[in-house]
Amino acid sequence: MEWMDLMSSPAFWVAVLRLATPLILGTLGVLLCERAGVLNLGIEGIMAAGAFTGWLVVYLGAPLYVGVLAAALAGAVFGLLHAVLTVPLGLSQHVSGLGVTLLATSLSYFAYRVTFPSVNTPPTITPFAEMKFLDGIPFIGPVLAGQTPMTLIALAAVPILAWVLNRTPVGLAIRMVGENPAAAEGQGLSVTRLRMGAIVAGSALMGVAGSFLTLAAFNAFFFNMVNGRGWVCVALVVFASWRPGKALLGALIFAFFDALQLRMQQGGAALPGLPELPYQVYLMLPYILSILALVAMARRAAYPQALMKPYRKGER
Amino acid sequence: MKLILERRPEPSRLALALAPIAAILFTLAVCTLLVAWAGAPVGRTYALLFEGAFGSRFALSETLTRATPLMLTGLACAVAFRARFYNIGAEGQLYLGALAAVAVGGLHDGTGFDLPVPALFAGMMLAAALAGALLLLIPALLKTRLGVDEVVTTLLGNFIVLLFVSMMLDGPMKDPMAMGWPQSVALNGDLELGKLIERTRAHTGLLWAAGLALGLWLLNRYTVFGFQMRAVGANAHASRFLGLPVNRVMLGTAMLSGALAGLAGAIEVAGRTGYVTLDMSPGYGYTGVVVAMLAGLHPLGVILASLFVAGMLVGADSMSRAIAVPNYIADVIVATSLLAMLVATLFAQYRLRRNQA
Repeated sequence: MEWMDLMSSPAFWVAVLRLATPLILGTLGVLLCERAGVLNLGIEGIMAAGAFTGWLVVYLGAPLYVGVLAAALAGAVFGLLHAVLTVPLGLSQHVSGLGVTLLATSLSYFAYRVTFPSVNTPPTITPFAEMKFLDGIPFIGPVLAGQTPMTLIALAAVPILAWVLNRTPVGLAIRMVGENPAAAEGQGLSVTRLRMGAIVAGSALMGVAGSFLTLAAFNAFFFNMVNGRGWVCVALVVFASWRPGKALLGALIFAFFDALQLRMQQGGAALPGLPELPYQVYLMLPYILSILALVAMARRAAYPQALMKPYRKGER
Repeated sequence: MKLILERRPEPSRLALALAPIAAILFTLAVCTLLVAWAGAPVGRTYALLFEGAFGSRFALSETLTRATPLMLTGLACAVAFRARFYNIGAEGQLYLGALAAVAVGGLHDGTGFDLPVPALFAGMMLAAALAGALLLLIPALLKTRLGVDEVVTTLLGNFIVLLFVSMMLDGPMKDPMAMGWPQSVALNGDLELGKLIERTRAHTGLLWAAGLALGLWLLNRYTVFGFQMRAVGANAHASRFLGLPVNRVMLGTAMLSGALAGLAGAIEVAGRTGYVTLDMSPGYGYTGVVVAMLAGLHPLGVILASLFVAGMLVGADSMSRAIAVPNYIADVIVATSLLAMLVATLFAQYRLRRNQA
């Protein structure tokens, strides 16, 4: 296949947007937590919990949208745990986040095995349908028609989060507790409540990101299905300089290369100008790319000033 | 009136020592809910769990076998975390160490060496340690030179290494006799570690791991480098002000940590598997973080913590064969005990006080 053919094929761009959807939601979730000054490494496990909860609720007969809400709720619960540990208790955000990831993942697997003790093929649901009726829109129609409503939710979440963070009083307050919590406290704002609220809301987004995997991308729950996507989101936030618009861009660039590597794997033959390599090299690309993105942005990264610094009143 | 956390002027040593025990008891109490949910009798489940972990010669030998890699990855994390270098890449370092061990000690017609056994053994261990150390040097340099957060780079590195190992097992290090199963060539039989307990899988790698724990404790306590590592971890800013070579200490710590995790891989290969497969570690690198935290980052504590965690994993496997509780309960126990340990340590150092303001 030629480069030109690939770039003008709607199927390729459908794949890009599909692959980008969980990354967009997850990255926004991490971004919200970090803007309030708290690293949330719980994302990898929270996505697994969201994927499992959303799928289970739908499997038990609820509508798909209820599944998405249930995933958000599951994310919020684990977010609350991380919030309690890191904000009022001020524990290490690194270790607490990893603990939440281990707990959320293992609880999801445990719950899956308790509910389905002896199934070999994972039970399936009917996932979100593609929005074929959007085909008529000029230019982007064919790409959107291959998407599920969850992609629209993700795309809508970008301007909404940007607006909340940059144009509303609560957004200003969240950014303030992430930059200078002592000053925020001086203004009569509750650092504890704002940070905890941001973590819970961000984790809900991560839960929804996970539910995309079981309710739209696939139709069943598998072990290890998150497969490092959460960690990629953490890297993308740095790449995005903590801005929602750039997070969308980062997720799309990342998904572009992910779709490219999938195409190269499936196509067997490499794209013109590229040598044929073991498939593992292509699978490595997304992770290498994330690290390169981190390195490229390192010098310019405008970290929220109070990121990873617990705030205890009266303590320096 | 509000509750505030206040640092205890002199945290009691007893409270700090009891913190892990409190955390474990809390965890087991919480997990009874899960056992009850699975519909199993709680008492019998825990009895089976402990019996499967420590109750017989066979159970104990399996626990010791499982504790060996956990002790080493636990040490790797404890060393690094003490200096506030968050190495979450022990999983990748373990695999690369295992691969390096087989490259030196198994591939004679390929790139390996045909040396007398003692030299080959030393070369194998050295190669594994070096592989782990150099692998972790990359994120460490990115951190000290460019300020890139090491957690994300080491986490992502795990996925890259696993794919690299998979590539090697398909390619140059493939076992031609393995019928397409992704498995490396076997290690030279003379290099395998001896048995610790006859007719079981427990091997002398455990003694290596425990010896390294002791060595690290001595290093921490009696050497300049050990002091520097602790100082950098306690307060990097103040250490720099005092003229300590903070970046060099950080890099040295990282290489030490990576080497330990790399050795975990070599010792798994030489003691248990005999070759590299893609499932030789069920997340020992990640579980090492939990082991290190439960040990309060103390090298000797790691010995006990790894025995506990290994016991839970082995016991849960055995228990889930007898009773309808999924063996994932072990992972839940391990994860919960990590979080409980964080809180328990906090309350050993801080106290809650009512603030009448």
